Amino acid sequence: MLSKIVRTVANQLILFVLVFGLYVIAHGHLTPGGGFQGGAVIVSGVVMLMVAFSSQDLKKSLRERLLTIMESTGALIFAALAFAGLGTVFFYNFLVGTPIFGRIPPTGSNPGDFWTGGVIPLMNLAVGLKVVAGLSAVVLALALFARGEEIEE
Amino acid sequence: MRRVVGLILWLVLVAFLVTVVLLIHPFGYPPSDMDDYIIENAQEETGNNNVVASVVFDYRGLDTLGEATILFTAVTGVLLLLRAEKRKEENS
Amino acid sequence: MEYIPLNFPFLAAALLAGVSFYILIFKRNLIKLIMGIAMMSSGVNLFIVALGYRAGGNAPIYTDVPEGPMVLPVPQALTLTSIVINVAVLALMLTMVVHIYRHTGDIDSKKSRILKG
Repeated sequence: MLSKIVRTVANQLILFVLVFGLYVIAHGHLTPGGGFQGGAVIVSGVVMLMVAFSSQDLKKSLRERLLTIMESTGALIFAALAFAGLGTVFFYNFLVGTPIFGRIPPTGSNPGDFWTGGVIPLMNLAVGLKVVAGLSAVVLALALFARGEEIEE
Repeated sequence: MRRVVGLILWLVLVAFLVTVVLLIHPFGYPPSDMDDYIIENAQEETGNNNVVASVVFDYRGLDTLGEATILFTAVTGVLLLLRAEKRKEENS
Repeated sequence: MEYIPLNFPFLAAALLAGVSFYILIFKRNLIKLIMGIAMMSSGVNLFIVALGYRAGGNAPIYTDVPEGPMVLPVPQALTLTSIVINVAVLALMLTMVVHIYRHTGDIDSKKSRILKG
């Protein structure tokens, strides 16, 4: 546990890191970014919290059961979206043309429209959820094992 | 003796790598037939502005499925190996 | 058309791979071996991304892009997958080193090679 100044600054900064990471995940089909990059940004925010407060205080908030449920949900949503287009091909983009996320942008350079992209923004959210839950569970388990304790059930 | 043989073999390997690198196409002018087709037709077929995201999730989606499986397996393996030992207290 | 002499970015990636091969052959500390594997993955990722550069090209994204040719998008997609796989394998290797240190008390790779019956 570091000094009081570091703890206060970390409490204020985690909000901006979370909003920036969610922006990189959600706009993955318009700007550079996507699921994996935004997930890495949020995990670095969690590591900052683990350094400022001791990892034993964070053990009560991030339980292992919640993290494994989040990761399995992300993997299941990704597999379900891949199987849903099975009428034509496996992994078919079946949302192009429908009113949900289905508009087609004009060819060439254009300012981006958010409701484009087909099935890709939903896949970005599923992969982002999976990366956040998986990597923060790994980092927490490594930090707690060094002190002789284990991650709680 | 073994160190000298190892050093000579390592020098042969580095010379092979450097020779191969000098014989590829000149930097900045790659051969590109498949990528020209993808750059032309990615906006109509997937309806997406980001060509790299449409390659990762639509044209080559099976690679991303395999990578998600590897990430899941590695996280499961790490959480399985890092349990504290409790058997010594029960056996005593 | 002007060419970069000696294909310099490819040469840098090949030298990175060569230095990491030296570490893997001649060093005995387990943590140094893991650092050598991470350095080799950096060299290979740099080589894959540098293969797809077009001279004077822009990023392959159609949102407000200026005029000109575009860089090839397929090597960037392959590098994304490669980086994530390297992170997963590195995490598994580090937990195994932690276990070896706790059981034998030494990180020398010659002393932890003996299987006790």
